[in-house]
Amino acid sequence: MPRTLYDKLWDEHHVSKLDTGESLLYIDRHFIHEVTSPQAFEGLQKKNIKPWRLEANIATPDHNVPTERGDAFSTQHIDDEISRIQVVELDKNCNKFGIKQFDISSSHQGIVHVIGPELGYTIPGMTIVCGDSHTSTHGAFGCLAMGIGTSEVEHVLATQTLKISKLKNMNVVFDGTTMPGVTSKDIILYLIKTIGTAGGNGHAIEFSGNYIESISMEARMTICNMAIEAGAKVGLVAPDETTIEYVKKHTFLDEQNLNNAIDYWHSLKSDTDAVFDKEIVIDVSKIKPQVTWGTSPEMAIDYDELIPSNESKNLVLARDYMGIDDNQKLSDLKFDKVFIGSCTNSRIEDLRDAAKVIDGKKISPSIKEAIVVPGSGAVKNIAESEGLDIIFKEAGFIWRDPGCSMCLGMNPDQLEPYERCASTSNRNFEGRQGNLGRTHLMSPAMAAYVAVNGTVGDLS
Amino acid sequence: MTNINSIKGIVASIDRDNIDTDQIIPTEYLKSIKKFGFGEYLFDGWRFHDQGKLGMSIDQRDLNHDFILNKETYANSSVLLTRDNFGCGSSREHAVWALRDFGIKAVIASSFGDIFYNNCFKNGVLPIVLNKDQIQDLFLQYENSGSDMTINLETKLIDTGNNQISFDVDDNLLERIIYGLDDVDITLKHKDLIKRFEEERMKEKPWIFAHD
Ligand code: SF4
Repeated sequence: MPRTLYDKLWDEHHVSKLDTGESLLYIDRHFIHEVTSPQAFEGLQKKNIKPWRLEANIATPDHNVPTERGDAFSTQHIDDEISRIQVVELDKNCNKFGIKQFDISSSHQGIVHVIGPELGYTIPGMTIVCGDSHTSTHGAFGCLAMGIGTSEVEHVLATQTLKISKLKNMNVVFDGTTMPGVTSKDIILYLIKTIGTAGGNGHAIEFSGNYIESISMEARMTICNMAIEAGAKVGLVAPDETTIEYVKKHTFLDEQNLNNAIDYWHSLKSDTDAVFDKEIVIDVSKIKPQVTWGTSPEMAIDYDELIPSNESKNLVLARDYMGIDDNQKLSDLKFDKVFIGSCTNSRIEDLRDAAKVIDGKKISPSIKEAIVVPGSGAVKNIAESEGLDIIFKEAGFIWRDPGCSMCLGMNPDQLEPYERCASTSNRNFEGRQGNLGRTHLMSPAMAAYVAVNGTVGDLS
Repeated sequence: MTNINSIKGIVASIDRDNIDTDQIIPTEYLKSIKKFGFGEYLFDGWRFHDQGKLGMSIDQRDLNHDFILNKETYANSSVLLTRDNFGCGSSREHAVWALRDFGIKAVIASSFGDIFYNNCFKNGVLPIVLNKDQIQDLFLQYENSGSDMTINLETKLIDTGNNQISFDVDDNLLERIIYGLDDVDITLKHKDLIKRFEEERMKEKPWIFAHD
């Protein structure tokens, strides 16, 4: 029977079908961060169980960490006591159980979904889980990667498996060449507005088509990252030469292992006659830069379109929350803050994109604060070696240390009530960036444009 | 632990699509390293006018008296009725812990976020999917009525007093709620199977197990 890429990955990791009808799926890699793990470690301890396979686990703190750290910063320097306790707890658990951690003072620390691939821990064909819904990011490498809850974190630590049922298959084909100024962020936002935030529920989405083949690993990661915003906990791209080139640059595998692996990776693709439960074809050449106006990622529009003013209850609630009047365009809105970062858009390519728009310009006097938060220590170093930090700083941006930062209101980087933010992150939910804050999702280039011009506009 | 065969209680309704887990429990409270104590912060952004902090108790807060769970009739609700894609977004199991700690034992919606749906069964909260027409009928009956329903887990029937609605849910998932089963214990019974699989995989694809 012809199989999809997801089917193949599923079969490859299938330990056993249980009497209950569910399956035990073997987990190759488990990423851990400080927020969703303490209760899982506590569970292990209560049951007096050790992690099944230590080397499968890689940990780093990212959600709570302040992004103004400078040199010689340690966990003890976190001001917020409750945040500090959580990061200390991760230190303690990793030490106690012997789990490899890139801690807050490590030069490799960063957002878990950024450091995984760049340090070579994300290997094509793996099953990867993490107590974090944006684990779908790693699907860009042809991994079956998904977010899990804390009970499942404990289950994976204890048994190296997940007990789950198989998802359905969905194929999203992106064909064509994009217009100038359009990035992978626009493409994924466009998909989300097209199929809705529940459109992928119950499905693993494979992204294919000549557009996907033409883009970088960074761009593929942005797309798989936001599969979850389309409802799919799994997003996938079949490995190809672009994937292999990236992995070669970042791997710690020896030559023999690497060569054997590459042979196998070539088989990781959907059979040509594989049947998907759902298929959707999108011509990317017609897509303009996308920006969200509301409180759900599906509330996205072309950057120059009128904000919908129909009276459906959900839209009215969203307009009220976002402080939007009738017949407004996004460009009528005045932005207060700009955030360039998050596991969606904090990789080197994203920073280059933004820097290009900013180069030589100054941020608008109407912008109160604009920050750039590289996704990892490595991204920060490369950016600095290319002088991007100088471009940002001279324009008036603040250049920060790696972390989730203003993607979520958990660390000192937050919006004040009613502040409007141009953000490269992935969620515009109410309060996501701080109590009563207003988030507009967009690409790094568009966020940079907002920094300079105070609002959205034409990037071409 | 005694078996849970039925859920009976007041039905609170929230008429919105896409209620994400950030609304169910805002990020601030994810700083807790405990598995309990989230009930006071359930729907925090809607339930209170002020911005809360972990550790604050309800009597220190500025209550939004218009919000359903703050109304006396609904203070002890056990069932939450809502619309489409409830629990989308972040994987935080804290969202289920917050519902559970508040006293919500079942959530009825026309669809759920996948990760949230799974998390429910690990914590004794039953997510029930009904079609949009059935949900609409329930809204007509329950919105502002303050009345209760009984959900029978064995017959998979909702008794609204007016009529009975059957629902579908995987038996094995349901059993976890009825018997309060722990997955880790169950899976570890298959230890040898997992070990054998792992050893095979190590031989076949050693690079997966390589480390730096
Ligand atoms: S950057 Fe944002 S979405 Fe990504 S892991 Fe951190 S908090 Fe989650």
